Amino acid sequence: MTRIAGLFGKLRAQQRKALIPFITAGDPDPALTVPLMHALVQAGADIIELGVPFSDPMADGPIIQRASERALANGVSLRQVLALVASFRHDDRETPVVLMGYANPVEAMGLDEFAAAAAAAGVDGVLVVDYPPEESRAFVSVLRAHSLDPIFLLAPTSSEERIAQVGTLASGYIYYVSLKGVTGSAALDVAAVAARIPGIRARTGVPVGVGFGIRDAATAAAVAEVADAVVVGSRIIEEIEHSARETVCDRVAVLLAELRCGVDSVTAGGKGAKWAG
Amino acid sequence: MALPEYDLPDASGHFGQYGGVFVAETLIAALDELKEAYAAAQRDAQFIAEFEHELKHYVGRPSPLYHARHWSAVLGGAQIFLKREDLNHTGAHKINNCIGQALLARRMGKARVIAETGAGQHGVATATVAARYGMTCVVYMGSEDMRRQAANVYRMKLLGARVVPVDSGSRTLKDALNEAMRDWVTNVSDTFYIIGTVAGPHPYPMMVRDFQSVIGREAIAQMQEQCGRQPDAVIACVGGGSNAMGIFHPYIPVGGVRLIGVEAAGEGLGSGRHAASLTAGRPGVLHGNRTYLLQDENGQISETHSISAGLDYPGVGPEHAWLKDCGRAEYVSVSDGEALQAFHDLCRLEGIIPALESSHALAYAASLAPKLARDAILLVNLSGRGDKDIHTVAERSGIRF
Repeated sequence: MTRIAGLFGKLRAQQRKALIPFITAGDPDPALTVPLMHALVQAGADIIELGVPFSDPMADGPIIQRASERALANGVSLRQVLALVASFRHDDRETPVVLMGYANPVEAMGLDEFAAAAAAAGVDGVLVVDYPPEESRAFVSVLRAHSLDPIFLLAPTSSEERIAQVGTLASGYIYYVSLKGVTGSAALDVAAVAARIPGIRARTGVPVGVGFGIRDAATAAAVAEVADAVVVGSRIIEEIEHSARETVCDRVAVLLAELRCGVDSVTAGGKGAKWAG
Repeated sequence: MALPEYDLPDASGHFGQYGGVFVAETLIAALDELKEAYAAAQRDAQFIAEFEHELKHYVGRPSPLYHARHWSAVLGGAQIFLKREDLNHTGAHKINNCIGQALLARRMGKARVIAETGAGQHGVATATVAARYGMTCVVYMGSEDMRRQAANVYRMKLLGARVVPVDSGSRTLKDALNEAMRDWVTNVSDTFYIIGTVAGPHPYPMMVRDFQSVIGREAIAQMQEQCGRQPDAVIACVGGGSNAMGIFHPYIPVGGVRLIGVEAAGEGLGSGRHAASLTAGRPGVLHGNRTYLLQDENGQISETHSISAGLDYPGVGPEHAWLKDCGRAEYVSVSDGEALQAFHDLCRLEGIIPALESSHALAYAASLAPKLARDAILLVNLSGRGDKDIHTVAERSGIRF
């Protein structure tokens, strides 16, 4: 069993939902990435999504784009991101790490070499934003050969046919983008999300995480009520952007603990909404 | 050599390994909707008739085929013919595609159009058709390009468009494209994204090529009429590659006609300051398609340079990537200096001020013509007029207005 599947099994038994923070590797400084990852875990992260910086992050909003630009200004490459994961794994062999990025840096390294290096570094899953299912058959088989979970996006506009198609390829979890737009967009319609999640879970048989628009304990709680995992990105990057180097880990930990409270308020010990998976 | 039965892209939008649909899931439904709407429009005689009517009465097509006798005589070799896309309404080939896509937007019930622009020609053409068809128009433009092309920014505003400066990345065309994609994914229900070149996710490379192919179809008829035969080579500049695809595509099955795309070598291929993705790049994925890209060893997209904003792009349309690999087309490059020389020569010898983009194609023709016999024929796509570039040229010559 992969680390991600193991984690969701454990959470299911505890009737808890997963909290998945996103940070961009190398932002604000490569030396702070591993300490930030540990701080996130201590404050309640179940999985860490680690962004691989790219020069043209077309699906991201201005906040994550700026994080990418800061990381690139620090000269962070995909190989260095993998080295950071390996360094994180020295002290944490439990927490799953999912890389999230764009196709070109992966292709520049080569699919096989990337998958082998990622597995060796201790990566658990990979989400390539601009590899939709129809363009990723080869990539998925390479990931599988190295026991890496291919993570896919689904959107409010995804047809039933596409959901089924993603179901045949995805493992680990599915990342449901809760609204139209790019990362960091504003409004979140929880009722609309709630209406889609059970169908996606039933069709794919994979836990569903929801991201886009989650900014505080209240929105985290609302999403935790309907989804298997809550993904928070832009809000954390904002905190990093506005923190001094000396306090960044502490401030991010405070934010994450608040989100954790939100997530747990509706599950075990809270309102007790049952795991539906 | 000619390719028998050329019918690319395939159903999934691929030209061999190039092209495709490399976008986030959030855009897939919009692209599927566009694919269906475009396929339906192609089968609709009324849509095609309206497109042709607009090209004739609004754009002023067919554009002339002009024998540049004086310039050819001075060069002392092949005869150079110019396909005069500079004489189109708005001064470049870009309008052909904008009319096609705007009519499609109207057919789909989308009242808002957005576009990215580099030199500003595609932005002006989009603002023009938006005014013509009563649509709201937003144009994304890199702030560096806005500085270089201030007159075109004002033109777009006169036409009623809102021009949004893009300050991210290199502040040029590629960043404007990223920003337009973000707008589209956010406002997809009422917005049509008019991409200006033969790049982006399927069906854009095919659709833009189809709308621009009128250039090549006219040229084939005009060459036959004026010369009784087809040219020895067709030469066009390539940034994203829409004017080149438009003139190349009808010529792909025509044997004995070389197809030559000319990229921007900027300050020289060795300088690192250029935009020659087919000549000096390698395959990768950007802006929704797989194609040749200028990138570093880690797969980060390089900042590019060309004296002409319209060629200043690190990628290229995927069909050009395919034509290069299969050998049907050749791709060469021309420096800023060589393009400027051709710009001045055409002004002085033919009384035509060419766009700096088109001047790259002219410069290559000028280097090739003297090596050929006097009865050889070169057909150059004069894709746009150079009025927009006079400030850039004057600055280079140390002249201030």
